[in-house]
Amino acid sequence: MSETTQDAVAPRATVSPDQQLTAAQLAAKYGLAVSGARPSLAEYARQLWGRRHFILAFSQAKLTAQYSQAKLGQLWQVVTPLLNAGVYYFIFGVILHANRGLPQNVYFPFLVTGVFVFTFTQSSIMSGVRAISGNLGLVRALHFPRASLPISFALQQLQQLLFSMIVLFVVTIAFGSYPGLSWFLILPVLALQFLFNTGLALIVARMGAKTPDLAQLLPFILRTWMYLSGVMFSISHLLAGRSELFIRAMQANPAAVYMDLMRFALIDGYGASNLPPHVWALALFWAVTVSIGGFVYFWKAEERYGRG
Amino acid sequence: MAEPTQGTVYPTVIADDLHIVYRVNGAKSGKGSATSALSRIVKRGEERGVRKVHAVRGVSFVAYKGEAIGLIGSNGSGKSTLLRAIAGLLPAESGKVYTHGQPSLLGVNAALMNDLTGERNVILGGLAMGMTREEVKARYQEIVDFSGINEKGDFITLPMRTYSSGMAARLRFSIAAAKDHDVLMIDEALATGDRKFQKRSEERIRELRKEAGTVFLVSHNNKSIRDTCNRVLWLERGELRMDGPTEEVLKEYEKFTGK
Repeated sequence: MSETTQDAVAPRATVSPDQQLTAAQLAAKYGLAVSGARPSLAEYARQLWGRRHFILAFSQAKLTAQYSQAKLGQLWQVVTPLLNAGVYYFIFGVILHANRGLPQNVYFPFLVTGVFVFTFTQSSIMSGVRAISGNLGLVRALHFPRASLPISFALQQLQQLLFSMIVLFVVTIAFGSYPGLSWFLILPVLALQFLFNTGLALIVARMGAKTPDLAQLLPFILRTWMYLSGVMFSISHLLAGRSELFIRAMQANPAAVYMDLMRFALIDGYGASNLPPHVWALALFWAVTVSIGGFVYFWKAEERYGRG
Repeated sequence: MAEPTQGTVYPTVIADDLHIVYRVNGAKSGKGSATSALSRIVKRGEERGVRKVHAVRGVSFVAYKGEAIGLIGSNGSGKSTLLRAIAGLLPAESGKVYTHGQPSLLGVNAALMNDLTGERNVILGGLAMGMTREEVKARYQEIVDFSGINEKGDFITLPMRTYSSGMAARLRFSIAAAKDHDVLMIDEALATGDRKFQKRSEERIRELRKEAGTVFLVSHNNKSIRDTCNRVLWLERGELRMDGPTEEVLKEYEKFTGK
């Protein structure tokens, strides 16, 4: 097939040597490369770095577009988390009294921190799973390293969280924990959690590109994960009396690790006794393995995104 | 059949027995009910519940530097799919496409967001096409002026959803055409906006052709193919039906379509 067409298209009997070549040989002779081939991992990372402005601009654009039709506009960025915190307080603090073992002035900031930090991971995953399958138009129209999309969505969630942090600061101060040196720990915690979220977003983005049904299934998995992570209750208090190993295993859950570290940084009454041993090592371990693993896993299917 | 122009014989695009297959979920034999979906899952056939659409079937050709190639064929014959595959945006089922440099599709629509101002869309679109921040800044005024959006007042600072369809199309074309390309592919982008803008965009496409090595143009307008192309590929049902000089192929095509 290719041979005959070659003959038909090649210049008339003049440059005969080219006519005998197969397509691959012809391509090699004139230095043509396979279109849409996957670059090496290093080259891919370099391309991605080259697109950093696009990644940032895309995430900011998505964030702004979210509330652009609302009358209060960008104010919703802060009001939404505030309302969320209010609802959780009403249900878990007032109705259910879930503050087992924690004084009331620690429990409310504890709860709000947990909700915001977990939501950060949760929404990164939920937007990650649709990052490719929900943007097929973009993937089929323009060239860019596809990892830009899940990373951009994770970045959007980070910016969203920064708005929530304003609410969180107000809540913490209102309940008697004032800014101190430990508040600087917020920065490494956020950085590590962002790395972890990005890795997860990359992983589910590849899975969601092949199986969009995952977007239907994930909310259930994520809700189960939330209840297991101690968002509304303190794992060490609730499980007091169980075996040491079991408690340590529950506390090694990455979502619990980042929540506990954030609470430790912000809340005066939430001391180091609530943290599992080697908590920073755990935080680092989860961030590094998941982000690198996710990046490699996503890259391995780079040339296949856009089909479907 | 087709000869490269002006004796240049450097190939820029080689398609070698290219097949493209789309997979559509949940369209198998028209039965979308829950029970049939369940039975498909239980049965465990290969790729359950997926319908395959074989859009491009074994297309091979070589395009040379300096050629302007028109792609014709009835609706759904695989023209746009072929362009996307050349651009490396759609993975091939089998066969290969070799290209010189990075072919780019003249289309940025998908990156733009209706809820954002025209201004931010120009920046976002430029970045999405792979321009640097500085390049976008340098070209910003040029893009806005070309689109003519601000001729009737300060519209560029309004969200794109407030634009008329013509205005939006003009801005999209202006953003897309702002970049220079090696191998350029245009998918029926010529017929946007009013008469004045159409003329301006045709001129811009000729400019782009001069700068680009090879141009592909998909169009249902035989006149615009005659005006711009020296070679035509005729696709029908995903197969390459004819490949040759514009006049020869168009004559057959017009006979086929009963013009």
